[in-house]
Amino acid sequence: MQTMTNVANQVMWNRLISVVEEQAQALVRTAFSTSVREAGDLSAGVYDTSGQMLAQAVTGTPGHVNAMADAVAHFIRRIGQDNILEGDGYITNDPWEGTGHLHDITVVSPSFLDGRFVGFFACTAHIVDIGGRGFGADANSVYEEGLYIPIMKFADKGEVDKTLVNIVRGNVREPDQLIGDIYALATCNEIGHRRLIEMMREFKLSSLDSIATFILDNSRRATIEKIAALPASSAEGELRIDGYSNPVDLRVKLSIHTDHIECDFDGTSGLDKKGINVPLVYTKAYACYALKCAIAPEIPNNAASLEPFRVIAPENSIVNALHPAPVALRHVIGHMIPDTVYNALDKLLPHTVPAEGAGCLCNFQVSVRPRTDEPAPEGTVRSEVLTFNSGGAGARPQFDGLNATAFPSGVMTMPVEATENVGPVLIWRKELRPDSGGAGQYRGGLGQYMEVGVVEGHEFDFQAMFDRVDHPAQGRKGGAAGAATTIEQDDGTPMKGKGKQFVPHGRKVMLSFPGGAGYGSPAKRDKHSVKRDLLRGYISADIARSAYDLTDADIREVNAAIERGEDI
Amino acid sequence: MNSRLNRLGVDIGGTFTDVVLEVGDTLFSTKVLTTYAAPEDAIIDGMHQVLLKAGVGAESVGQIIHGTTLATNALIERRGAKTVLITTQGFRDVIEMRTESRFEQYDLNLELPEPLLPRQRRLTLKERINAAGEVLIPLAEADVEALARTIETAGYESVAVGLLHSYANPEHERLVREVLQRRIPGVMVSLSSEVSPQMREYERFNTVVANAYIKPLMKSYLGRLEGRLQSEGIDCPVFLMHSGGGIISLESAAEFPVRLVESGPAGGAVFAANIAARYGLEKVLSFDMGGTTAKICLIKNHTPKTSRVFEVARTYRFKKGSGMPISIPVIDMVEIGAGGGSLAHVDALNQIRVGPESAGSEPGPACYGRGGESAAVTDADLILGKLDPDNFAGGSIQLHKDASGDALTRTIGDVLSMDQQTAAFGLSEVVDENMANAARVHAVENGEDLAEYTMIAFGGAAPLHAGRLCEKLGINRLLVPPGAGVGSAIGFLRAPFSFEANRSVYMRLSDFNPTTITQLLNELQHEATGFVRTCDANAEILSEFKAYMRYSGQGWEIPVVLSAEHALNPDVAVFQQRFEEDYAALFGRTVDGMDIEITVWAVNATTSAHDVEPAETAQESGDASVQSRRSLFDPALGKELDASVVLRNGMQPGQVVTGPAAISEDETTIILPASRKAVMQPDGCVDIQPIQ
Repeated sequence: MQTMTNVANQVMWNRLISVVEEQAQALVRTAFSTSVREAGDLSAGVYDTSGQMLAQAVTGTPGHVNAMADAVAHFIRRIGQDNILEGDGYITNDPWEGTGHLHDITVVSPSFLDGRFVGFFACTAHIVDIGGRGFGADANSVYEEGLYIPIMKFADKGEVDKTLVNIVRGNVREPDQLIGDIYALATCNEIGHRRLIEMMREFKLSSLDSIATFILDNSRRATIEKIAALPASSAEGELRIDGYSNPVDLRVKLSIHTDHIECDFDGTSGLDKKGINVPLVYTKAYACYALKCAIAPEIPNNAASLEPFRVIAPENSIVNALHPAPVALRHVIGHMIPDTVYNALDKLLPHTVPAEGAGCLCNFQVSVRPRTDEPAPEGTVRSEVLTFNSGGAGARPQFDGLNATAFPSGVMTMPVEATENVGPVLIWRKELRPDSGGAGQYRGGLGQYMEVGVVEGHEFDFQAMFDRVDHPAQGRKGGAAGAATTIEQDDGTPMKGKGKQFVPHGRKVMLSFPGGAGYGSPAKRDKHSVKRDLLRGYISADIARSAYDLTDADIREVNAAIERGEDI
Repeated sequence: MNSRLNRLGVDIGGTFTDVVLEVGDTLFSTKVLTTYAAPEDAIIDGMHQVLLKAGVGAESVGQIIHGTTLATNALIERRGAKTVLITTQGFRDVIEMRTESRFEQYDLNLELPEPLLPRQRRLTLKERINAAGEVLIPLAEADVEALARTIETAGYESVAVGLLHSYANPEHERLVREVLQRRIPGVMVSLSSEVSPQMREYERFNTVVANAYIKPLMKSYLGRLEGRLQSEGIDCPVFLMHSGGGIISLESAAEFPVRLVESGPAGGAVFAANIAARYGLEKVLSFDMGGTTAKICLIKNHTPKTSRVFEVARTYRFKKGSGMPISIPVIDMVEIGAGGGSLAHVDALNQIRVGPESAGSEPGPACYGRGGESAAVTDADLILGKLDPDNFAGGSIQLHKDASGDALTRTIGDVLSMDQQTAAFGLSEVVDENMANAARVHAVENGEDLAEYTMIAFGGAAPLHAGRLCEKLGINRLLVPPGAGVGSAIGFLRAPFSFEANRSVYMRLSDFNPTTITQLLNELQHEATGFVRTCDANAEILSEFKAYMRYSGQGWEIPVVLSAEHALNPDVAVFQQRFEEDYAALFGRTVDGMDIEITVWAVNATTSAHDVEPAETAQESGDASVQSRRSLFDPALGKELDASVVLRNGMQPGQVVTGPAAISEDETTIILPASRKAVMQPDGCVDIQPIQ
């Protein structure tokens, strides 16, 4: 009968993964913030009564991976075991006990079967506004970044806390939207709960203990097997990036033990004065994500599969910012952690990890208003427009880097036509940036060009959230660096990579997002791929000649093929 | 009855071409191998076979309705024409940059699918229209002429035109076509504002590129087909099934071939919808399982659920995002890699995984004895007693039980220390659970509760798994119709002539403009009925009006159906009320104080559905005769049971079979779990319900 139970457990594990996917899907369907419904910046998971995560939906945000695994334990501690009642819903946006900044709201709901407490559902969504200075880098402490909701009951035995709702409404720019999103979070936990109860009835379970043991034991064993297969040694990696006003050094020492891997960020820069600091939960999430991709990609995320990846960092370093450090743009630094980890891991596991890439998303927010230098024409309006964009990914040991594709983040861009329907913004250009991928045996992914303006009669503030302006992605094994970020106005007025900047009437912002770096010496790149890149215009004839030694005859051949509309 | 009214349904699939002839109330069907080089050959061959079976002549065929996977396959196999895209300057790479995301988060070596047209086949024009449809940069004719020279020199056969915001103003796209046709006579041009006039550039551009890419091929095929039919003495009209479940003329199909994508599976959904209508079933889940994939579709009020976007040619384990989006009206189906040939393995977590890799027909599952090494779903079905090794496919293929057992031991048993039967049980449960999960997620996405649904199962492998699936999904009633092996081709004969015209015009209810709406819907109605009129000069044409609405700030619209009166005399209060009703039904509660917006408008014109004769339900009248007995593993009970074997052909209306049982026929076998009993109906459907 042991094997029959085994089959049932197999089915239930599958089912739980499907349940959390349904939970996440329900959130996308009902959410209001663009960051959730267009870009997929959310997560959802199911937990046992002790707060151990059993399954998590695969969504656009590795940043929530560990944070979600840790969060429920904080809720149990704050709410109190005896105070967990049927119909409850708990909420927080605590950057340190949630997922890293005030803009992420986490809702946790206990699940009861026939009056018995059996587990939790939790979900997190990135909302567009939480009050304060707005979403950007310029705050000096977390108090300026918006409203803080400590871990508390949002609903007590089904009764929503109206005082909380009133306080939230009174402190944010888009109160309907935010309250709508909080309800969407609660709804999605409810959907998960219903499916869980159906499953438990079908399999005649009264608790999740046995299935939890099955999932966690198998995950732990499989993860540790993967780690045990690695050389037991250690290596260091580092990465220098722009920071806000001073460069930031990220340093990690990776130590592989028989049953766990430790990432120690000792030696990393201290806190920045501005809002690009990272709470440790978020650092853990991206360090862990990077390692899982390289070592154990097929093992689903849960308490046991994440536990062997341990992350430590000195207090009040930029990757372990303590309260009240400003943290709104923790993603800008957080998204650079995988490249840092890979710089170390490459020394232990050659031919596995990619070269450095663009790293952080190339997001910006545009605050449009009627022009103020002259009387504004009729019909001009105020509007906030947020966009998500990506540079190029690093080349891999056997493949080119992906062009204009997010890594390590997994969120989506918004269609230009949709963005231009939201407010009086005009995107004049959004296309690949030739020659931006670092040369190599495998070429880095191309970044992209964007040109951003507003409709006649408006002016705007441009909220920049970019890195790799002064520190482009570096290649591996002789691969060349990717191109750096550039930002300026169309009349040549220089702009900074981070912070809010005014753009007068009639001007556009010209952006070049960074490319990924190359892998291996360009001399080893096969001729066919070089010709294909030239044919497609991924590289110019100059680069084909200088970086890859393509002859004039080859270039003429490619140009002739273009004229004939042929492929090579 | 006028013998000229005999109708022929033809479905070209990947392996077989199914032909069904309807003479009066009787169907004659056949399956012939698809002839890839000249697909019309198989049609002619199959047609002669069914004419012979029916004893009627070719001249008696009054109408041919055709669906085909050729368009889909041309996209999957990249066998399209030499095509070029003309797009707005600054946006050359829209079809390559996609959503800028990775559809598989944990694969460092992920490769994204190549766009249909590589970068050098994408040319740009200086021009710009804004979101309101106003011209910001006018298009200079001389620039188009210069492009025309480039296109002519390169010898492109087909041109796709996709300009920014052309759904709001098609002027520039039309000018491009005008100049190209003047300068390069004979070149085929597809406009995104005609093929898919909807907001969101990636989907629209990709759809017009796909259309242009397969247009020369499909146009040539449809032309040859018409010629061959004429030379066979058939001069009746030929119509095509489109992906939205309706029928369009051959001319429309040749102009918009992308609308033929997935027309075969659409026929299957129409087939199930027709049975739903006959049985008066308001909520039906159609379940179609073949050799490599399973398809699931929700059918409400006898109408398959439709959608405006879907993905073809998924390159990565059927994963969402790994294909190319096509935005056309389409029957909304979930397709997963689970079929009789799907192969199993055990992963690092000691979990049994099944599919999407498939044994195909060569070498086939291990039990075919043609060298298949890995265990497939069919091998598990054989070991569990669901299949009779001596009577598979009417006895034409001898199955080898020992080969299945060995494969299960090798693939699963040795790794997980399971005996053959448990390994087979595990494999079967995993594939059933995969399908059940896909159905559950699809239902949730549509705000539906499957417990209220009836399942209709067809396709070769579906009846083997449908009973267990119903147990898992909490579905009570299951119908297995006759002719399930050629369901799509029968579905073609049941489909109405229909065409959906749609357009993106953004409007908030706080900025409601009745004049614009009336004008827009009149235009769309004119466009849609115009198409249908080309198919049938006389029939009454019905129009359905839909507005896709959401709260301002949400990303997912819900389709709100409006009566003609409400649609053409728009009143903001009525629009709000209809939206709130539908929203509450889907998500439980409305959201107070939020503005509501409309993003897309659609008019579906259709001839009235063929008259549906209500099915009679038979009274239970004793047990069907049991032909033999064999042991059958019951997954819900987790053990082997002694089961009766009944021949479907021998069952009389009203006769009952009580599970555990196998009801066998040439094409497939219906497996009844111990929890179910089956009653034969007068129309040949097997009606399966729980034992009280």
